[in-house]
Amino acid sequence: MEAAIAVLEGRRDQVKAVGPGALELECGKPSLAGSVSQRACVFCGSRVVLYPIADAIHLVHGPVGCAAFTWDIRGSVSSGPQLHRLSFSTDLREGEVIFGGEKKLYAALSALIEEHAPKAAFVYSTCIVGLIGDDVSAVCRRVASERGIPVIPVQSEGFKGTKKDGYRAACDALFELVGTGEGEAPYRGDPELADSPYSINIMGEFNLAGEAWIIRKYYEEMGVRVQSIVTGDGRVEEIRRAHRARLDVVQCSGSMNYLARSMEERYGIPRRQVSYFGLDDAAEALYEVADFFKEEPSIMARATAIVARETQAVQAAIEPFRRDLEGKRAAVYVGGAFKARSLVKALRLLGISTVLVGSQTGNREDYEALAAICDPDTVIVDDSNPAELSRIVRKTGAELFIGGVKERPIAYKLGLGFCDHNHERKIPLAGFEGMVNFAREVHASALSPIWSLVRA
Amino acid sequence: MPSSKLLKHTEAAIVPREALTVNPAKTCQPIGAMYAALGVHRCLPHSHGSQGCCSYHRSALTRHYKEPVMAATSSFTEGASVFGGQSNLLQAITTEFSLYDPEIIAVHTTCLSETIGDDIPQIIGKAKAEGKIPAGRYVIHANTPSYIGSHVTGYSAMVRAFVDYFAESTGRRHGKLSILAGWVEPSDMAELKRMLAELGAPFILLPDTSGVLDAPLTGRFEMYPEGGTRLDDIRLMGDSYAAIGLGPFATGAAAKLLDTKCKVPMNILDLPIGLSATDRFIDKVRKLAKVGVPDSIAKERGRLLDMMSDMHQYTYGKTVALAGDPDQLAPLAEFLTDLDMKVKYLVTGTPGKSFEPRLEELIGKAEPGDYRGAPADLFALHQRLKSQGTDLLIANTYGKLIAHDEDIPFVRFGFPILDRVGHSDFPYVGYRGGMRLLEKILSVLMDRIERDAPNEKFELVM
Repeated sequence: MEAAIAVLEGRRDQVKAVGPGALELECGKPSLAGSVSQRACVFCGSRVVLYPIADAIHLVHGPVGCAAFTWDIRGSVSSGPQLHRLSFSTDLREGEVIFGGEKKLYAALSALIEEHAPKAAFVYSTCIVGLIGDDVSAVCRRVASERGIPVIPVQSEGFKGTKKDGYRAACDALFELVGTGEGEAPYRGDPELADSPYSINIMGEFNLAGEAWIIRKYYEEMGVRVQSIVTGDGRVEEIRRAHRARLDVVQCSGSMNYLARSMEERYGIPRRQVSYFGLDDAAEALYEVADFFKEEPSIMARATAIVARETQAVQAAIEPFRRDLEGKRAAVYVGGAFKARSLVKALRLLGISTVLVGSQTGNREDYEALAAICDPDTVIVDDSNPAELSRIVRKTGAELFIGGVKERPIAYKLGLGFCDHNHERKIPLAGFEGMVNFAREVHASALSPIWSLVRA
Repeated sequence: MPSSKLLKHTEAAIVPREALTVNPAKTCQPIGAMYAALGVHRCLPHSHGSQGCCSYHRSALTRHYKEPVMAATSSFTEGASVFGGQSNLLQAITTEFSLYDPEIIAVHTTCLSETIGDDIPQIIGKAKAEGKIPAGRYVIHANTPSYIGSHVTGYSAMVRAFVDYFAESTGRRHGKLSILAGWVEPSDMAELKRMLAELGAPFILLPDTSGVLDAPLTGRFEMYPEGGTRLDDIRLMGDSYAAIGLGPFATGAAAKLLDTKCKVPMNILDLPIGLSATDRFIDKVRKLAKVGVPDSIAKERGRLLDMMSDMHQYTYGKTVALAGDPDQLAPLAEFLTDLDMKVKYLVTGTPGKSFEPRLEELIGKAEPGDYRGAPADLFALHQRLKSQGTDLLIANTYGKLIAHDEDIPFVRFGFPILDRVGHSDFPYVGYRGGMRLLEKILSVLMDRIERDAPNEKFELVM
């Protein structure tokens, strides 16, 4: 395995093979300047977390690029308003960089709120705003008082850390909303649950391809009220009342733990970390919640029934795929390490072993948890780059790659199957039915006849 | 059914907006610089800014080309933004030469590094003095702050930088014509080369993304695919007997520099999109290179003209809305006018004074009810189409949000195209490109006639 992981000197401690001893993977450090990193910035982190709130204005304060590159690229589906799919930017020009952009920001915000009557506005600071010293908070306060809606600055200057710091800035922004709503908003789900005392927030779920709706359906079938989804198919009025839920159910470890922790501290709402990918994790996500509400035994009974019914259905549905895929090897490189863990397990369910696994943003605990479930010799990487990934992929003999937009063409060039497990996925991969979709997608790509036409 | 499903937040009523860009018809300079740098062989684009910039540009180019896009970044942190990005760039230069072995690192700046005031030539000088740049390897730069110009001017700045750093005049002219390519697709670059070869005019094309962003699947990952302009050829451009810049916005600056620096006479033309603009290109090459136009090219022209004549009853009088970049829009509008279509709405996000006069030369002044937004955004265009409608929309992929809402026949053209293939592989420039463009236009117009036709008017022969 040593040969497989020959890497750049400065990255030696960020690439390790799983062995008998402790993993001791170095992580959480900024990318080496000059590496072709797959990572993004603080703004990117904030933008992806808040983006799905569909009845808010998302105004990017900065030059046009940051707004242009995040315009409608993430398939976070809304059942109602589509405001989040428009691109709003102050499009700062040279004059404002010299003389300040506050006036323009004020005018832009006022015009947008006038025109679209949103429930709230988020104002994202970009790199340059951090330098020219605009008092974004002051402008936001002024517009909020004039217009009577929350206008929330997001401190997402790109250079102030990594994407993870952007998650945190987004959580700070969300935390300004949470707790500001009086009474209850009209319930969007099953009307019979409108007054249920068993309520949760689904957090860190962005409703890509409608995944939040699948998860919501399970919980409601269990008899649990979904107070809010933060932020998939998100609505400002629901997030303002998220503090009324009894439990925060948190997916996507990096993005929402911080908000959940803040809610625990201020409102005493406990939190549970879950994942919805793969059969085991999806089942566990239901049991966690049922266990929390054990005062009402029917919830666990229904959870058990759902898991039994769905597991049976899924196992039958994926069996033909598994038979074909048995013995294949996969490489996984995704944004967060928690998701990577679910993927390793889901792949194993399909008879596929993971030979390379990594993430852009994992922390030490994430990677240790990851190593604990991986086979010996699995290579674990933090903050990798294309040259390194493609070299390790070839050495490990992976036949399938699971990653995001920048990894897809690399995988194809190598003649590997590919499954997008990032924000460009077009079909829901979460929950039980998601597992079937995942199996179908992996099957479709890993076993495509195209790869047999490649002469390496 | 035009239910405004996607962008139902667009109202027909037009409110003047000063402080706000909604749904931009442009993006920022650095991505243009990155694209241009990818058109030079073994050149590694380098984004001097936060990691996010580089990541966004690579993702956007990857979505458009469905190809790996290699570029590095200075990975600015809070410290770099206070103390300057010098140490990051120096570290990056070392890392890149040792890890990726490029021949050239092409640094472009961002709003962040520009506002901090990093002096890139000084940093490059320091890297050189400290021996961080191996012999026969180069670091060049272009200033591309995101708050000036657009992606198009960023492209222009990087093309100019290649000329600035490398083109040399030895005083001995050679027989090659220098062609500066505007921001077009790899397929267009390949078509330009094919036409020039057909004309028998030896040439150097800069940049050239064919063979880079349309690379074949080989089972191997190539950090530097085999395409791209060779460094030696860029040097030789200084001894060309003449240069042609295709598209004033994207190539004017480089052509002017080649003229002043190396005394290579410049000729700035429209991109050869459509019949008339291609005529001008061919004619210019013919005169400069003193070659005859071969029968093969004359036949290509004849075939395009033949298709135009065969189908002109379907294009006659159709109103068109266009959004895109100035260098493309001017000849495109001219082509549509040649087809007896009426360019009623036109939007570009790229600012620049020369565009509207050029447009007027090509298609005449705007008439009452026409809209020429330069610069303007797609939201402004959408509002006008919502109230007045049009027969055809030609724009990049974002145009589909409008086309879907307003139920308008739609042809994808420009950057980015995020939802279809073909643009990397089949050109829009030249006579053959004109045929492809016309085929696309006719297909959507005729599909619409068939979709809306009552049974008795649904005809087999069209």
